[in-house]
Order: sequence, then C-alpha cells, then structure tokens
Amino acid sequence: MSDSSIVHAHQFDDAEQQHEASWLGMWVFLATEVMFFGGMFLGYTIYRSTYPAAFADASNHLDIWLGTINTAVLIGSSFTMALAVRSAQLGARKPLVLFLILTLVLGALFLGIKFTEYYAKIEENLVPGSNFSFAGPLGRAAEIFFSFYFAMTGMHALHMIIGLALLTAMIVKAGRGRFSSVYNTPVELVGLYWHFVYIVWIFLFPLLYLVGRHLQ
Amino acid sequence: MSSGHIVSVKLYLAIFGALLVMTLATAGAAFIDLGGNLNTALAMVIAACKALLVILFFMHVRYSSRLTWVFVGAGFFWLMILLSLTLADVLSRRWLPTLLL
Amino acid sequence: MNGPVEERRQHYLNVNYGLKSWLLTIDHKRIAWLYLVGVTFFFFVGGLFATLIRMELLTPQGDLVQAETYNKLFTMHGVTMIFFFLIPSIPAVLGNFLIPLMIGARDLAFPRLNLASWYIYILGGVFTLAAAAAGGVDTGWTFYTPYSSIYSNTHVALTVIGIFITGFSSILTGLNFIVTIHTMRAPGMTWFRLPLFVWAHYATSIIFILGTPVIAITLALVAFERLFGLGIFNPELGGDPLLFQHLFWFYSHPAVYIMILPGMGVISELIACFSRKRVFGYDFVAFSSLAIAVLGFLVWGHHMFVSGQSVYASMIFSLLSMLVAIPSAIKVFNWTATLYKGSISFDAPMIYALGFIGLFTIGGLTGLFLATLGVDIHVHDTYFVIAHFHYIMVGSAVMAYLGGIHFWWPKMTGRKYSEPLARLAAVIIFLGFNLTFFPQFVLGYLGMPRRYHVYPPEFQVLNVMSTAGASILAVGYVLPLAYLIWSLRYGVVAGMNPWKAKGLEWETASPPPTDNFDVTPIVVHEAYAYGEAESQAVYPTGKPANV
Repeated sequence: MSDSSIVHAHQFDDAEQQHEASWLGMWVFLATEVMFFGGMFLGYTIYRSTYPAAFADASNHLDIWLGTINTAVLIGSSFTMALAVRSAQLGARKPLVLFLILTLVLGALFLGIKFTEYYAKIEENLVPGSNFSFAGPLGRAAEIFFSFYFAMTGMHALHMIIGLALLTAMIVKAGRGRFSSVYNTPVELVGLYWHFVYIVWIFLFPLLYLVGRHLQ
Repeated sequence: MSSGHIVSVKLYLAIFGALLVMTLATAGAAFIDLGGNLNTALAMVIAACKALLVILFFMHVRYSSRLTWVFVGAGFFWLMILLSLTLADVLSRRWLPTLLL
Repeated sequence: MNGPVEERRQHYLNVNYGLKSWLLTIDHKRIAWLYLVGVTFFFFVGGLFATLIRMELLTPQGDLVQAETYNKLFTMHGVTMIFFFLIPSIPAVLGNFLIPLMIGARDLAFPRLNLASWYIYILGGVFTLAAAAAGGVDTGWTFYTPYSSIYSNTHVALTVIGIFITGFSSILTGLNFIVTIHTMRAPGMTWFRLPLFVWAHYATSIIFILGTPVIAITLALVAFERLFGLGIFNPELGGDPLLFQHLFWFYSHPAVYIMILPGMGVISELIACFSRKRVFGYDFVAFSSLAIAVLGFLVWGHHMFVSGQSVYASMIFSLLSMLVAIPSAIKVFNWTATLYKGSISFDAPMIYALGFIGLFTIGGLTGLFLATLGVDIHVHDTYFVIAHFHYIMVGSAVMAYLGGIHFWWPKMTGRKYSEPLARLAAVIIFLGFNLTFFPQFVLGYLGMPRRYHVYPPEFQVLNVMSTAGASILAVGYVLPLAYLIWSLRYGVVAGMNPWKAKGLEWETASPPPTDNFDVTPIVVHEAYAYGEAESQAVYPTGKPANV
C-alpha cells in the first residue's frame, strides 16, 4: 500500500519501495561491520587460546567497575534510542528530540569514561610501544592483549563518535519537524547503527574485562 | 523490511531491565571459578543472549521480513566461517609432528 | 535513423554539459563513465609496471633494475591491477551502467552513494599513487607480516591506507547492487527472468559485502602496527605471521571470484547473443554464480599450504578447493551447450567470449593442480602460479571486460566501433596473451621462482618468449583505446539494437535517456528469447523508446 502523495526520491516508484530499500541497505552495511570487527575478534580469539595466562593477567589490569558502568550506560542509550524511534513512529516530535538528546548524552558519557580509562592506561605504561612495561614473563603476550584492547575499543569508540555525529544531525532535523509517523526512516536507520555499535560492546566487555577474574 | 510495528514502552523497559540484569550477572560470574573454559563459555552465552534481545526487539528484527532475517543471519554466519576455519588451523597445528619441508 | 532528427534527441550524454555536470552527476550511466576513465588509467599504470618487469626478465642477470626496485615493481603491478583495475572494472563500469537498464529501473537504489563510491575509489587511488611516487612498496601485493608490519622501509602505511579507502568503494557498490536487485526490478521481472549478468553481479556483491571488510581491518591493523606500534603481528611479542595470512586470504581468495564472476556474467550475455540461442541451463548457471560466491569463502587456506598451516587444515582447504571448481565447470559446460547448434557469428565480442571459454578452462584446471596439496609443494611460489592466475585474470577477466565494452559500446555511446579493427585487436590479444603466459607454466614447472629479478640462464629462452608475447599483448591493448575513442566522434551511429540482442537494455534508445525508459517496462517473457520476434517486455503506452 503506497501513498503517492509522500515524496520519495525519483529512482523509486513509491515511498514504500524507498523505505524497504533503505532498511535493507542499512542491514547490508551492518553485515559489513560484523565482518570488519570480526577480523579483530578472530585475532583476539587466536591469541587468547595461545596465551591464556597472559590474557588473564592483562585483563585484570582493566578497571572492571568503569567497564561495567560503561556497559550500563550503553544499555541505557540503546533503550533511549529505541524510545526515540518509537516516538518518531508515533509522530511525537518533542519526545523524539528528548530521547535523541538523552541517547547523545549517554553516548558522550560512555566516551568520557572510556577516555578516562585510556588516560589511566597511559599513566600505567600499558600502551603498546616503546613505553610499554608489564611485570613478569607474561609481559610480551600482555602487550598483544593491550594492542587488541586499544585497537578494538578504539575502533568501537570511533564508531561511537560517528554515531554521535549522526545523532546530532537527527536532533537538528527532528527539531525542525522533518520527521513524522509517515516518514522517519533516517531515525530508524540511525537507531539500527546505534544498536549495532552497542552489540559490539556487548562482546567486547566480557572478552576484554572479564578474563580470568576468578584468578585474581 | 521493517513492518512499522510499534513496540510498547513496557516491552522496551523489560528488555532494558533484562540487559542490565544480564550485565551484572556476567560481571559477577566472572569472579566465580567455574572450572576449565566454562567461565568463557558462560560469558559468551550471556553476551549472545543480550545481543539477541537487542536485535530482535530494539532493532525490530522480530517484526521484520524473512529477507531481513537472512541478511542478519548471513553476517554472523560468515563471521563463524572466518573463526571456525582459522581455528581449525591454529588448534590442529600441534596434533602430530609435521614433516619439515 | 541518422541525421538531424537523431541529433536533437535528448539522452543522458547531451542532457547537460560541462565538468560539473559530470563530477556531480548521480546518473548511474555517467558514473559508469567516470569509472571507465579511472580503471583505464590504472590499467595502463599497472601495464607500465608489467612492461618494466618483463624487460628486466629478458636477461637472467639483474641488469635493468636492482633487486629492491624489482620488488617494488611487482608489488605496484599487483596492487594497481588488482585493487584499482580488476576489482572495479566490470562491476563499476558495466554493472553500474547496465543493471538498472537490465532490470527496468530508472537508476540504482542509492545514486548519491554511487557517486560517493567513485570519489572514494579515486581518493584511494591518489593515496596509492602518492606512495608509488614517493618510492613505492616492496612487500608484494600480499603484504605478508612481519616484513610489511615491521621490517620494510618502504611506504607500506600510505599504500595500505589507499587500499583501505578504495575498499569502501567496493562495499558501497556491492550494497547498492544487492538492494537494487532485491527491491527495484520492473513489474514481471522475476528473479528467474533476470539476465545472467545480473545474477553474476548479485553473487559478486555478496563477496564485496562479506569479504572486503576483512581486508579493510587487516590492512588497518598493519597500519596500526607501523604507525602506533600496536604489535599484533609482531613475532617478538609472540605474534603469529599466519594470523595475517588467514585474515588477508579470507578476503583475497574471494576477491579472485569478484574478479571473474562479473566476467562470467558478460560471457553468458555474449554467448547467447552471438549463438542466437538462450543460455543452456539458465537455472544451473544462476545457482552456480551463487555457489561460487559462497564456496569461494571456504578455500582461502590453499594459499598457505607451505606457510606453516596445519596439515589437517590444509587437507580440508584442498578438498573444499576441489568443490569450488564444480560450479565453474558447470558454467563452461552450459556455455558450450549453448554454442551447440547455435547460429554463430564471430563479431569482436564473440571472439573475446570464445577466447574466454578456452583460457578460463586452462586457468581453472591449473588451479586444481595448485589445489592438490602434493603438487603445490613443488609449484608454490613459482611461475606456475603466476601463469595460472594470469590465465584467469588476464586471459579470462580482461577479455570478458573488453568483450563487454565492445558489445555494449553502441548502447553506451550510440556509436559503432570499427568491427575489422576490433576483430584484429581481439586476435592479437589472444595470441599475445598465450605467448606471454603459456611459457610461464613451463618455467614454473621447471622451478623458476616468482618475485626474483634474476634467474638461472637455462630459463632465458622461455622468458624471452614471454616478453615477446607481452609486447604483442601491449599492441593489442592500445588498439581498442585508439579506435574506441575515435568512434566517439566518427563512428557510425548505432540504432537501438544493433546486435539484435535480447534484454531490456536493448529496448531503449542508444544512448538511453537519463531515466532509462520513457515508460517502465512490464516484463512478460523469459530472458534470452532468441528465435522469437517479440520483445521481453510490453510498454503500457505502446512501443519502447525509438531511435
């Protein structure tokens, strides 16, 4: 069922086709992101199976409190994002803007906590490179762990920053009344992206922060 | 494609709550020695469940077309190909002495 | 119809003029031309590197260039040809131009993303050319660690960043194709009425989407190691060189199917048209495209048989590599069956297509030799491998590309090229190609290793033959550049369907209007209805667009 009065791009026959194409397009993109992060998960898996003790030792140097709080922050932001999309579907402009702003704030909070952690790691000489120092014979493999820690959380943080930029754009557009119950695809798609970035963190958290905690 | 189905706030709240509980559970379980690889396995199972909840409800896949399910499944399936065949190499390298070539 | 009436008809080329109208276009047909210019440029850059390589190999001694320079030459040849010519060529030029036409759509699903894709491709190319100008890279296009991540003193980071950027061009093209084919087919254009060219590009797009991100992250990790000291591949820390190889080949093996599947799609179209017959076993060919895409992801370890991979994993990969040959063979059988009792004509595109079938068979079979564990121990890293992949990439993929360019040239430009010159060029290319690369099978079998600028004197005769062949091949490649450009101005004006081919693209004007069809076609017949007079579609207000 299509409403020909709804504006759609000229290459599409109607708004429904445009929506379907956009939705599928975002999922195809997310599939590429799964494989992109997947390469790092593969590397991590291989080295963890090869150097289990070093990975456990190194993981215990991460701040589990900050990691858990950050996970909760992201859960919150996923929740507010879902509510934002829901508001858009209902054509509720003010709640939409509110929930988008909340999502943005929680995302920024996550990044703030993350960079605090990074700063602490710099102070503790746990950044791979010439300043890296880790006591004990497991030090070399621990440097591999921290290489993955920075690569994976860094790539994740980069995706969060892009997400914040997308959210800002959505807030501006929503504020101007660009979305309605009939047209809210961009909000929906930004939502998909945001949830995906959270899913990456769902796996990063146990793999980086919770290795061998019972050995502490 | 997404059906435009509108999920209730109550359901979202329930998912939100479940995700928080599972996070606390996984963090807590990490401190208990379950023996062998069970800690890792449990953490991965919990993570997978959390991801599934987000995918099905927050990302509306529960209410989407079968084509969407294929696209979602394909991404993870392909990741499994990458992981399993590579691990097949890494884990079997030391099974028998290999001849020096 | 020629003359003044023809000149006034508006189409996608004359609808507006000026550089801005091209650089800011969102018309898939113009974007195809942008890519055509790009890939042609990089083809000749890669060819320049090849020329220097073959000149050095005329003599057993290293007398033209030093070893380090030679390493840079074969690296840049590989990088340029693979990432900047072969991978984009057919999909970004012919795929972009034809897919909307073939399915009866006005454009791709995301036209602006399509343009962004081209800019990303060019940006990546600029980075890589900058690296070449600054002194190049010497790691081989395979960038094996830890040489590439730690020990090489060449511009690795710059080059891998260039390839990383260009990878996004592939990803976006694949995304566009998949969504377009799923959602924008004209009424009546069911999946099994699609031209096999479209099936081939759908399968290729699966590989674009699921494979390219892995090489992206792999090269990013190499860059991180070089730039930030994140020692993931560092053996001094306990890093595993094989991890890089697994990640690299997970993409780069399917990448070779990216390079051949579109070509196979072209061949299906050419064989059908120039045999005046529908493709035999359409369903089998369509499913084989998908099978090649999927199975192609399961075989990457066959590049690592001698690298230290577990022999058990190697056996699995060897077996899977045998399996992936099956759908390719099915296609060759079906094309051959299409030729049987067909009404064959030897226009230039058909010469390329027939050459493809023979050369692809040789290339494919020699791939099976390499997939056989025991044989590979002896011929790995020899010229046998080089000959094998050039039979596929040059003897097959490039010939399919040229065949396609010639076949659809009248549609893209509204002009015909010089058929006698084109046939001559096709024959020169075929002969030059075989003289260049067949001796390399022998050289590899006899033990000449690859990636060395010197070789034992007893190999000189075969090397001289190979270089001679390369010179002939070069002539063959320059000819189309000349007569195709010439035809843009002086070629005979082509009608809507100069080949009397079947397919929706032939049921609109040459060149097509910006929105492809004056009215959206409604498809009522199967593909390749050769031998029947009707067109594949009906047009609600009458006939298709006329010349």
